[in-house]
Amino acid sequence: MPESLAPGFPNRISRFFLNRMSTVQDIEFKDAAARAADAFAGNPQLPEDGEMVGEKMVLNMGPSHPATHGVLRIILELDGEIISKAVPDVGYLHRGDEKIAENMTYNQFIPYTDRLDYLAPLANNVAYVMAVEKLLGIEKQIPERCQYIRVICCELGRIQAHLLGLGAFAMDVGALTVFLHTFTEREKIYNLCESLTGARFTTSYTRVGGLSRDIPPGWVEQLRQFCDEVVVNFDESEQLLTRNPIFVDRTKGLGVISKEMAIDYGLSGPNLRGSGVDHDLRKKSPYLVYDRMEFDVPIGSVGDCYDRYLVRMEEMRQSVRIIRQCLDQLPGGPINVSDGKIVLPPKDKVLTKMEELIHQFMLVTQGQNAPAGEVYFGAENPKGELGFYICSKGGGTPFRMKIRSPSFVNLSVLAELLPGHMMSDTVAVLGSLDFVMGECDR
Amino acid sequence: MSALDLAQKLTAHFGDLLTIAPEFRSEITVQVADAQKIAEVCAFAKKELGCDYLIDISSLDHYGDDPRFTVVYELSGIGHNTHIRLKTNVSEEKAELPTVTSVWRTANWHEREIYDMMGIRFTGHPDLRRILMWDGYPYFPLRKDFPLSGKPSDLPEVAFTKPAPLEGGPFVTVAGGKDSIAREPRARIPEQD
Repeated sequence: MPESLAPGFPNRISRFFLNRMSTVQDIEFKDAAARAADAFAGNPQLPEDGEMVGEKMVLNMGPSHPATHGVLRIILELDGEIISKAVPDVGYLHRGDEKIAENMTYNQFIPYTDRLDYLAPLANNVAYVMAVEKLLGIEKQIPERCQYIRVICCELGRIQAHLLGLGAFAMDVGALTVFLHTFTEREKIYNLCESLTGARFTTSYTRVGGLSRDIPPGWVEQLRQFCDEVVVNFDESEQLLTRNPIFVDRTKGLGVISKEMAIDYGLSGPNLRGSGVDHDLRKKSPYLVYDRMEFDVPIGSVGDCYDRYLVRMEEMRQSVRIIRQCLDQLPGGPINVSDGKIVLPPKDKVLTKMEELIHQFMLVTQGQNAPAGEVYFGAENPKGELGFYICSKGGGTPFRMKIRSPSFVNLSVLAELLPGHMMSDTVAVLGSLDFVMGECDR
Repeated sequence: MSALDLAQKLTAHFGDLLTIAPEFRSEITVQVADAQKIAEVCAFAKKELGCDYLIDISSLDHYGDDPRFTVVYELSGIGHNTHIRLKTNVSEEKAELPTVTSVWRTANWHEREIYDMMGIRFTGHPDLRRILMWDGYPYFPLRKDFPLSGKPSDLPEVAFTKPAPLEGGPFVTVAGGKDSIAREPRARIPEQD
């Protein structure tokens, strides 16, 4: 421990945890003969109620455990098969996105948002540029067509993320088939992403003030066809799970988060709604054109793993409903704001006109000139409320950007949720919380 | 109830302790003058004003200014769904303010993250240790005097860091400004200390 390096660093605490971090831990096990000798000596290890006291065992779950969906590590203290204490340990995927953001223009950070919740990059792109547009004060100028396309992006992202969340959840509790079903559909979404953005995975589709490109010809029809196909898949997956006694046994009544606890822990998204809290930012503080959409917000009643599963299942159906409405109402017109200081001008004009050339040069070298001030914008993403707090002191780069990641907040409940559960139920609880470590660790 | 109503109710109760900043992008920010009172203000906001949902806590480092740090609380309520922001300044010498974990349990991890990234301590926090970096990491990486490329550190048998090469930068330029080496933290070689 380099004590001289950190002034004010509480050495006592860190030493304590340094000891715990070593991979080998001494656990005292008395063998049967020793226990018998103790019992013989009138020192029986029996409490008053007659139950045997087991020795506590510390089990490291993760960071590379298939049920942790990435690199979550939980230090479990087990009493037999019952968890008596759980210490989640995050940060294995920390890349310092917030530090990186301070050194870039606003548009340059968009590719980094793909890598937050990498199961729904389109939705992250939208949430981020909406925050920057709020800072620039141009959110009212965004063309209608762009807003509709962004809503489609958000909902495609939601379907994409929930399909994986459900498939992996079902797989963790032993139903492998569902995973294969949902991944067939996810593959189609990747194809749609590819024709929309040029990339299957890291889409970087939005730009501050608009989109990187308009939707390609024929894409609307492809998306309509996908909507028709995916609802069939929802029914199939639901047939495999919702009334499946094994699945119900493994999820019902497990990991119950009460309404009060969910709010106090700041949970968001399906995890909050699964606990019976009617809170959806798309309804409560509508952004884009969500106020024109007709959709229902499913909420749970118990707050257990099964409820969270049901909420996600229904949310995907509602997303398809929203996408269909968007496609019906999709207007024509431009996709970018007509401000040369916000959005790059078309290339042919850059090469022929002086003013556009200057705009292009200024945007690429300095970025959008944001006013001094601070904004917070939160969007209802698949995992919950993805928020960006941007503090600007003027100029093209943020002074500080804080990412409020839903997975990080949702995971903080684990320390209180897990104790009392069986060790094998941990995977069900983790699967139902549906987190992404890329977003949690940033 | 609008955010301004919330802010006025807060100032009516706490008086001179709070000042309402000018509205920016229809968001209300309330500045708390004494950081030691933040837990009190938060508890009042939760109990009397229904702000039962703490969205986020973030921190700012005004390197070179005094007071150096600002801690920012984003409050909301499930009932009224109105967003209000509380801010309070913390000096570098003290770098300490009371925890709000007893008000909202979600503050636990947010405060740990701020301690980890900025080095601001929260008195009364039940479990104040690093969360994203490893225990024993000697620096606070989100401070402005920490270079983007990183600093070398070594914790035998646990972890180590080396400055990143960061070739291909810089990414930001200001016309007529200093050259990239002087301006860009990522292009600068971290001080050997």
